[in-house]
Amino acid sequence: MTPGLWKLVLDGIWVTVQLLVLSALLAGFMSFLAGIARTSRRWVVRFLAGLYTEVFRGTSALIMIFWVYFVLPLAFGWQLVPLWAGTLALGLTYGAYGSEIVRGALNAVDPAQREGGIALGFTPWQRMRLILLPQAVPEMIPPFSNLLVELLKGTALVSVMGMGDLTFSATLVRLALQQSAEIYTYVLLIYFVLAFLLTRLMRGLEKRLKAGVGRASDSVPATGTKRAATAGAGAGATAGGSAS
Amino acid sequence: MTWDWNAVGAFMPHFWDGLLVTLEALALGSVISFALGLVWALLMRAPTRWVRWPVGAATEFVRDTPLLVQLFFLFYVLPEWNITFSALTTGVIAIGLHYSTYTMQVYRAGIEGVPAGQWEAATALGLPARRTWTAVILPQAVRRVVPALGNYVIAMLKDTPLLMTVTVLEMLGEARLYSQQHFQFTEPLTVIGVAFILISYPASLLLRALERRLVR
Repeated sequence: MTPGLWKLVLDGIWVTVQLLVLSALLAGFMSFLAGIARTSRRWVVRFLAGLYTEVFRGTSALIMIFWVYFVLPLAFGWQLVPLWAGTLALGLTYGAYGSEIVRGALNAVDPAQREGGIALGFTPWQRMRLILLPQAVPEMIPPFSNLLVELLKGTALVSVMGMGDLTFSATLVRLALQQSAEIYTYVLLIYFVLAFLLTRLMRGLEKRLKAGVGRASDSVPATGTKRAATAGAGAGATAGGSAS
Repeated sequence: MTWDWNAVGAFMPHFWDGLLVTLEALALGSVISFALGLVWALLMRAPTRWVRWPVGAATEFVRDTPLLVQLFFLFYVLPEWNITFSALTTGVIAIGLHYSTYTMQVYRAGIEGVPAGQWEAATALGLPARRTWTAVILPQAVRRVVPALGNYVIAMLKDTPLLMTVTVLEMLGEARLYSQQHFQFTEPLTVIGVAFILISYPASLLLRALERRLVR
């Protein structure tokens, strides 16, 4: 590995991080938009949000990327800059997964909270903003943390379209050196470190948000957080079969 | 926007070929991930940390890194070590291995969900460890994790297009080949996009129904 090749890898990391941040923002926006819409009282709104979720969850992220790169320019005349095309495809796809998290967390808030809001004469928007979301958001953080790692892994897909992310830089280095063991090991390690940093970041965020509504960060029932592996026979009568 | 039904018609024979390869990869990948996942889950309950710690670290690593890069690793690095598989075999191994690190968590939840009384009863009856697992714990654990495993089959289905990158002609591979030969991108890509929704949405409805019946 020469310094020139390391420069390629560093550029790749930068593109991956940019893509991750932008598509995470779009995915977060779409999650809340569709997730809140799915709890709406109007069936049209619920139906449209459900349609979005099922369409984007139903198909593969790689096919979405192909579609944005090849079909959008031909069919609608929209030629997007690669970074935005990747952001659009990944953000919409992972936003559909995120909307399920938002919907689930909103539904998990004690119904009495909503009823209390109605009794106090809050408008629907005030109820959402002041009562439901502050209680639901901390519960969303652990599953969102998992989704963010999935999104990081998803960003590797844009390399198929020739966008110069971390995975693509590995391809270039492989072609330059005519050997692949070293560079792919490095790239896997870099992705792992990025994923580790993301999980740490989200755990800190969770702690702060939980403190905001007066709850300890440890008591997280029924979310997809990593539990410590329990050793010993018969330990742990808690977790049911409700994974994912 | 132009839509050419003739292109759809011309693409369909390739589509069926691709669908067959996709389903083949999915079936084999599922079998590998179910089997390996159970192995990891059981190893994670080993009495010594010298087994638990390496297995835990390795599976965490595989779970947190992109399947695409793992696929490239297997496809390009293994031949350098004089291990050669066909592209499809490599892809199936990559998918199976990657998803086994997810199914392992599902199995673990299932095993932990078996009531403690079952363990105590097995001990009281003097069942040997092997019988306790095969006759008491696993039948109950596996039953309640079937829907969750099914969710991962659907997730695997949506990751099979990655095999295109290592020259496997599954659905997306066929669509890309056809597009490049005839310079018609809209129809083949839309057809396979719709096909994925038509397969995965009913499958997820089916799983939801199964979940209601199997879990308690």
